[in-house]
Amino acid sequence: MISSDPLGAVYASRSSARVLNGVCVLLVGLAVLAIWGADLALYPVDPWQELDRIGQGLLLPRWDEPVVLLQAVGQTVAFALLAVAISVPLGLLLSMFFHRRMVRVLCASVRSVHELFWGLIFMQLYGLSATTGLLAILVPFTGVFAKVFAEMFEQQSRDPLLTLAPRLNSLKRHLYTDVPQAWPALVSYTRYRFECALRSSAILGFIGLPTLGFHLETAFKQGQYAEAGALLWAFLLLIASIRFWVRPRLIPVYLLLAVWLLPETAGFSNGGYFWQFISQDIWPVALREGDLSGALDWYGYMLSEQVWPGLVQTLLLTQIALVLTGVIILLAYPLATQSMAGTFMRWPGRFLLLVLRSTPEMMLAFVFMLLCGPSGLPAVMALALHNGGLIAFLVANASDAEYGSRLSRPDDPKGLLRYAYIETPRRFPAMLAFLFYRWEVILRESAIMGILGIATLGFYIDSAFEEIRYDRAFLLIAVTALLNVLVDSLSRRLRRLAQTEPSRQQEMSCLKME
Amino acid sequence: MSRPSVLFQLSDQSLAYGDHRVLDSISLKIHRGEKVALLGPSGAGKTTLLHLLYRQQPEQVALQPQSGGLVDLLSVYQNIFIGGLDRVGTLPALWNLLRPLAGHRRAIGALVQTLGLEDKLWQSVDRLSGGQRQRVAIGRALYRQQPVFLGDEPVSSIDPLQAELLLEHLLAQHETAVVSLHNRQLALNHFQRIIVMRDGRICCDAPASELSEQCLDAWYQQADASSSADPVSAPDEWALAQS
Repeated sequence: MISSDPLGAVYASRSSARVLNGVCVLLVGLAVLAIWGADLALYPVDPWQELDRIGQGLLLPRWDEPVVLLQAVGQTVAFALLAVAISVPLGLLLSMFFHRRMVRVLCASVRSVHELFWGLIFMQLYGLSATTGLLAILVPFTGVFAKVFAEMFEQQSRDPLLTLAPRLNSLKRHLYTDVPQAWPALVSYTRYRFECALRSSAILGFIGLPTLGFHLETAFKQGQYAEAGALLWAFLLLIASIRFWVRPRLIPVYLLLAVWLLPETAGFSNGGYFWQFISQDIWPVALREGDLSGALDWYGYMLSEQVWPGLVQTLLLTQIALVLTGVIILLAYPLATQSMAGTFMRWPGRFLLLVLRSTPEMMLAFVFMLLCGPSGLPAVMALALHNGGLIAFLVANASDAEYGSRLSRPDDPKGLLRYAYIETPRRFPAMLAFLFYRWEVILRESAIMGILGIATLGFYIDSAFEEIRYDRAFLLIAVTALLNVLVDSLSRRLRRLAQTEPSRQQEMSCLKME
Repeated sequence: MSRPSVLFQLSDQSLAYGDHRVLDSISLKIHRGEKVALLGPSGAGKTTLLHLLYRQQPEQVALQPQSGGLVDLLSVYQNIFIGGLDRVGTLPALWNLLRPLAGHRRAIGALVQTLGLEDKLWQSVDRLSGGQRQRVAIGRALYRQQPVFLGDEPVSSIDPLQAELLLEHLLAQHETAVVSLHNRQLALNHFQRIIVMRDGRICCDAPASELSEQCLDAWYQQADASSSADPVSAPDEWALAQS
């Protein structure tokens, strides 16, 4: 129905571009301010010579013990595969009860702690074992699956529900309507998460589990760059070839293989120790003994000496990395598009973005740290390159999807003008939305970078575990988790403010009116 | 027939989406055992009315929404089986996704013969034509085995001959039925009572025996005339008057 819009005049004066620009100026301004406070020192370690040797190692990878390499790859896959296989059904089950506040809070809290921190926690209970590696991935992943699956169910049509008996139990209702309706989305998200699990699994090597990260760290520390190169290429190949080797029919075979490949130490801890750990070890002595002033002293000391400085560095690095990620996206995405790089020349660009997207931030940061020394600089660079590559790839895909469609005109400008007048304005809202979605991830990652020796929250957590001061570690992890939850809600608000939230299909079902 | 009791009752019910009034002070009583056809141009509020009725008696209603509410990846068998989910325990319902339960297989096998879908029983419904999908939705409503049927254009994309047969079957299987339709002849031939809606209001509510196709057509034409009095489309009318 055609109708004149009396509100049109009001909308016209509210420019969407102005709101988006406002959000961007705010973010960039904060990042510039952050540069003052952040520790971004460049230590004179003669990076060029080192870079030269690393470059040679990447170009001429070499590995003398293929069995060890195969074993490392196998165990990396085994942890990831088993963890996903267990966390998907658990997440599915929890997603069916996601309307309950308890379930939502539980999922948000397990999600907000990074896999590596979970790894450090479970390591205290189960040692360096298969159990530790599996739990470290599957606990946070269960929380993620529950949330994302619940959101997918929410987007399905409500009509089938109207044709069912009204008081069916949740399980039956979901299995016959929401699950089959959302099936393609569930499968493709699980596939994507498996890729993330591979990265997490590789990274768990940095805290000692026998996955690729462990060998990579050793090779780099010993200056065996050819070996490190071989490991990196093996990992990239593994991720790039996922769609060739992950076949539904082969998954049972892989699962059996994975169980067989896991490290032999099962790592059982008796229930008594577990109980002692959560009831005593993670609380400060003063608090346990009821010494209130002592407890206050302890918390005061922790706040001023560890929590606050760690928090500030984490936030500053996150802010700089966020804005730098945006810059990388804007610079890199045209390299991978059909309309600007050309049908053939976009392939090197796509390859570069895929490499950046597949390499975990921790690995990049680790390499950069060898070059620039232990400051916030390598962390910021690694975060910006990985996340920038990931988002630029999505943005380039969106541009290619539109190329040659009805939106394109024969008189569209070419080259730089096209970039400035057509592509960037069209992609910008989606790009910002992706960036805000990654904000939480960037924060999680910049906290975890501390494990490499950068003074973010992770640094204090790692030291606390090393000194077997679980009370400190627990407090710091709790603060990190809380920070994540806060940033998540802030980013949701910013997305709404900038109106970049992807629009959900409007349901005209009358039951929604209540 | 037993003593007629009131099943659905609306008194002075209005409903709006923002500024748009969908239902405008509707008052209505429908008794147990009545077969009511709901007519009127699209956008008149028939769907909204059916959903309101559904909410009054969800426990004894088999609703067939306009979309059919099918689940694309499931087979015809599973889509019909969904109607009887409340008669099956949770574990058998889980098992049924892997291996159809024998009893239900027989019952649904018989049902698809009535629907003319026997060769499609194990096909997923996303591959079916519009008419076939609609027949699956009818199958689900029948398999709900409820005393009341609420249908939102349940036979609109089925060929006329089969549409008539299936509508007859649906009416025979349910004690009470309220069905929105586009086909005036079907309404006159198979229902006792006809309600015509326009712009969210009930403009005619009479026994079918007192109405004819011509007088129903008149309601539709009046609806067109009143909408062209709208200021937006006024220039068109003026152009028509000139020619």
